[in-house]
Amino acid sequence: MTDKTQTAGAEPLKIAILAMGGQGGGVLADWLVDLAERAGWYAQSTSVPGVAQRTGATIYYVELFPPPWSMAQPPVLAQMPTPGDVDVVISAELMEAGRAILRGIVTPDRTTLLTSVHRSYAISEKSHPANGIVDAAQVIAAGNDTAKHFYAADLQRIAESCGSVISASLFGALAATAVLPFAREQFEQTIRLGNVGVHSSLAAFDAGWNEIRSARMQQDTKTASARFPALPEKAGTADGQKLLDNLRSRFPVALQPVILAGLRHLLDFQDADYAHAYLNRIEKILALDNGAGGQPRGWTLTWQFARYLATAMAYDDVIKVADLKIRDSRMQRISREVRLDQGQMLEVADYMHPRFEEVCGTMPERLGRWIEHSFLRNWTATLFRKGRHLRTSRLGGYLLLYALASRRSKRTATLRHAQEMQSIDDWTKKIEAALETDYEFAVTVTQSRRLVKGYSDTHARSSGRFSQLMKAAEALDGRTDAATQYKTLYEAALNDVKGERLQAALAAMPAL
Amino acid sequence: MAERSFKKEVQTLKIGAGEEFRGEGILAITKALLQSGVGYVAGYQGAPISHLMDVLADADDILKDLGIHFESSASEATAAATLSASVMYPIRGAVTWKSTVGTNVASDALANLASGGVTGGALVIVGEDYGEGSSIMQERTHAFAMKSQMWMLDPRPNLACMVDMVETGFRLSEASSTPVFYQVRIRGCHVHGRFIAKDNVAPPFTLAQALETPRRDAGRIVLPPAAYEHEQEKVRDRWPAAVKFLKDNRVNEFFAGNREDIGIIVQGGLYNNTIRALGLLGKADHFGKSELPIYVLNAVYPLISDEVEDFCRNKKAVLLIEEGQPDYIEQNIHSILRKAGINTPLSGKDVLPMAGEYTVQTIRDGLRDFLDNLPSQLVSTAKAEPVAKPTVEQPIVFTSVRRQQLADIIPPRPAGLCTGCPERPVFSALTLAQEKLGEHHISCDIGCHLFSILPPFNLGATTMGYGLGASSASAFNVKAGKRSISIMGDGGFWHNGLTSGVGNAVYNKHDGVIIIVDNYYSSATGGQDILSSRADNDNRSTNHPIEQAVRGVGVKWVRVIDRTYDVSKMRALIEDALTCADSGPKVIIAQSECMLNLQRREKPAFKKDVTQGVRRVRQQFGVDQDICSGDHACIRLSGCPSLTLKDNDNPLKDDPVAHVESSCVGCGHCGEIAHEAVLCPSFYRADIIHNPGRKDHFLNRIRNTLIGKLQRRHRERIERVTI
Repeated sequence: MTDKTQTAGAEPLKIAILAMGGQGGGVLADWLVDLAERAGWYAQSTSVPGVAQRTGATIYYVELFPPPWSMAQPPVLAQMPTPGDVDVVISAELMEAGRAILRGIVTPDRTTLLTSVHRSYAISEKSHPANGIVDAAQVIAAGNDTAKHFYAADLQRIAESCGSVISASLFGALAATAVLPFAREQFEQTIRLGNVGVHSSLAAFDAGWNEIRSARMQQDTKTASARFPALPEKAGTADGQKLLDNLRSRFPVALQPVILAGLRHLLDFQDADYAHAYLNRIEKILALDNGAGGQPRGWTLTWQFARYLATAMAYDDVIKVADLKIRDSRMQRISREVRLDQGQMLEVADYMHPRFEEVCGTMPERLGRWIEHSFLRNWTATLFRKGRHLRTSRLGGYLLLYALASRRSKRTATLRHAQEMQSIDDWTKKIEAALETDYEFAVTVTQSRRLVKGYSDTHARSSGRFSQLMKAAEALDGRTDAATQYKTLYEAALNDVKGERLQAALAAMPAL
Repeated sequence: MAERSFKKEVQTLKIGAGEEFRGEGILAITKALLQSGVGYVAGYQGAPISHLMDVLADADDILKDLGIHFESSASEATAAATLSASVMYPIRGAVTWKSTVGTNVASDALANLASGGVTGGALVIVGEDYGEGSSIMQERTHAFAMKSQMWMLDPRPNLACMVDMVETGFRLSEASSTPVFYQVRIRGCHVHGRFIAKDNVAPPFTLAQALETPRRDAGRIVLPPAAYEHEQEKVRDRWPAAVKFLKDNRVNEFFAGNREDIGIIVQGGLYNNTIRALGLLGKADHFGKSELPIYVLNAVYPLISDEVEDFCRNKKAVLLIEEGQPDYIEQNIHSILRKAGINTPLSGKDVLPMAGEYTVQTIRDGLRDFLDNLPSQLVSTAKAEPVAKPTVEQPIVFTSVRRQQLADIIPPRPAGLCTGCPERPVFSALTLAQEKLGEHHISCDIGCHLFSILPPFNLGATTMGYGLGASSASAFNVKAGKRSISIMGDGGFWHNGLTSGVGNAVYNKHDGVIIIVDNYYSSATGGQDILSSRADNDNRSTNHPIEQAVRGVGVKWVRVIDRTYDVSKMRALIEDALTCADSGPKVIIAQSECMLNLQRREKPAFKKDVTQGVRRVRQQFGVDQDICSGDHACIRLSGCPSLTLKDNDNPLKDDPVAHVESSCVGCGHCGEIAHEAVLCPSFYRADIIHNPGRKDHFLNRIRNTLIGKLQRRHRERIERVTI
């Protein structure tokens, strides 16, 4: 081989694989090397394992040089991707594709970007006390902007459905993009000769291939709107029909879907009377909303109120937990989630840790209040110190929960119910007062109910913050900047784990 | 049992002369050791040479067949001291570790070794963990070579060159009676490539022969007056011998270029990326043919003055590509040129960054800067044709605003503890204990447990080095309202923590709390066995409890928890240790097996049992999504990768719910913290019974009948009113 033929312009193919530890990025790199070497190419791969292997993000880099070449003077290949000089970027998770774009290794003149669109949430997203999930659509848009060819599909789901891992479906998808000059058979042969999980890997390969070839790719992520149900022609039962008729006759069409969702939520929680009470409460707000010129605003206030009132009225008490845990639909869902096969059996143990307060809450109001402050609190303290594993799939555990769930018919007489209704009344009053000041202010006061959630300690913490906000709302009444000030506080509370942000925000408003 | 098995790959170590070897850099280095007639190998694991240790362990049979002794050393200091076998005897020995941290630990032994000098070739293979992916402070091993006068090789990251340099290193060591550093960068360790093999060679003189015919020479022992003589010897004899050897054997390479007026000097390890950088500027092709002549330093210490002078003498400008700081080589070359009266301007850190990794992009930019700023007469004389078409860099089309938007949303992905990791509950318990007793000063160590400094735990204030967790709390040995807490792993404990930390605390009457995380392995480096490992290891002695060792050095207050997942008990122990009246160190040994290792062993066994019809129960955790409130406190206390988020199916609710992925290994930690922190009742454990027996069927039938009846009744009650 002479220098002339060597410099005739052959270029290596440059491939970067972005993956997280444990995703099989190394397997994919090995397959690429093997595929190329069998075809007579000169292949080099490198990686930077180390701590990145432990759930961190890492890059595998492969360069493939076409024949002819000789061992006497082999190609000199680079050990890391260079921005502007990468042909193929494979990403095993959507945010990693975003990271590749940020690194500049995806360029419009030459880079084929293949990514799985599934999300593996980062710890910063997961640990957010409300919703910290980032906007995936931005990465898809950036992929469309920066790549020469952009392929995006849920290759994780595809691999799982084949009982395989994402490296196999990515390999199939890569073959389908035809960006590498190797035939499908050569790709598949590589998997076969690898001799590990061949059957399921080939199935995932095929599924990945088909996903790209059938152009069913997901170019956009789903939007959160349109989640509310449409109204049915007829309700399932006579009492249900009454509620439906009420809904139709008493509320504007724009509000009906959200109220329907609320009605269903409350029927599931309690009963028809309770659902009617829900409608009555909304109607009052709707009247005020109309008076405040809510119609051109699409009754935003009532819409938000209907939404948060439903979740407030269906508060999380012990009865509800028991009620949800004893349903047959629940066991079916768990069976699906753990992929129970025929011939296998399922047992379920529930982790419960009710506190003394929760138990008192299920008692009739006056009795509960008395016991809560009685000597029994100390006497029974040891009973509530530890959590319990309740075998819900066994008779004893099931019957206990069944008995608790049966308290549902007496729920409206319990101490907890009285406490929750008091809280809802207070909140409603604050909304009404806020509306006199400013429409936007009233909407935010309504929305801040989102803060109240959880059980036990979580509930105590979140309710504490909510009542601080309620106090602030009162102090802000009548001020022209009430809406923006309150919003600042609300957002601080919403994004706060330890309560420090809210305290800082409160301190920053000396008028309060 | 190490994380990665090389049992299959090590078979390629047996191939003979003329056969082609294909594989990873570390495997090639191992093959090179066998081809060099090495007599013994030792080392301590750690990225990027963990896999080299794993390869050697898995190749133990092949090594034994050749009569080579392999040892997993207790620490890098042990490994370095092991090389003393080459002081008196003509035996080649090689040791390996992660650098610069390992070299720091080893430097006492290395200094003594270098002082007395060696008879047999002594090679220290340092895995240079520098740049992207590194988990340590960024420092250069080069300094150790200079201060101890050991020679340092930094071969081109091409397997043929890397293999050749191993044998060359041994010969250099013998020719100059000096131990030699063999530096291999992280990407070099893991580079896949090929070379033509030679036959393996059994060591001509063995350790057994040495033991049976011992030799001594007081002149080699580091004690005055011999030590004074060693220092003279280094500069009088060994240095010139090394220079002569390097010159005679052409260890450094000259690659001619089309033009002679300018040139590049580069560390061997950066050669490939330099060629690519030149290629991107249209000044080199993919076979290394370059417009600029290149002088490749496969030996970065010592420099060969003649070679440097010859390369620079008639040039108008030379660029040195030297990664890291301080700029030792640049200073050295300036000194050489100055002394030789050569006026050629030397560029280096003026166009390249002083600190940080030299990526292809960095080198390209530096090269361009160098070429753009040549004295004008040089630019005009450049007549040569470009050897390759330059790559035009493509600007990214989206605006800087959009780019910034993207940068704002892409979440960082810090390393974390694995799914089911037994260390996670220790940190959950510590978090809960601090919620009750207030924040404490926490000294951390090196190991998986150091991930506790990252989200979601955010625990720990300092990390001073492997096994130094307890030592770094030493100063806090004063009366105060709160005690110090220090953490170390079992790996660090045996590495030196027993003496430097625990023993030190006993001796100095330290009242602090020391938590030793015993996960049965040196897990962070890839799950290698250590003294307290539970597995039976054919080649090593294991099963030596940490508790005995701790009591042995005099600790009175020792508590062992043999299931870390019991967060409640763990928390109680920590609170007790922080508040009890006892004096002296309070040692908590938290034991549970590393989940990676456990799964690697258990998964295949489980599968086998199930296919053979044996009754087995698999546990997986789950979250009832209609009970989950979307507060994610469980995630903040756990951080388990399999505990994640899912869209809320209820349109009335804004926040995503917690969700356990199918990767769950059923450790139960999420359920335990929900209990202990009194979070919520949404966690459940599903026991999936494979191959249920007769009793299971019987019970199931009864339960299903009765529970089924109640479930139906309950459903009917709810469905009385529906819309």
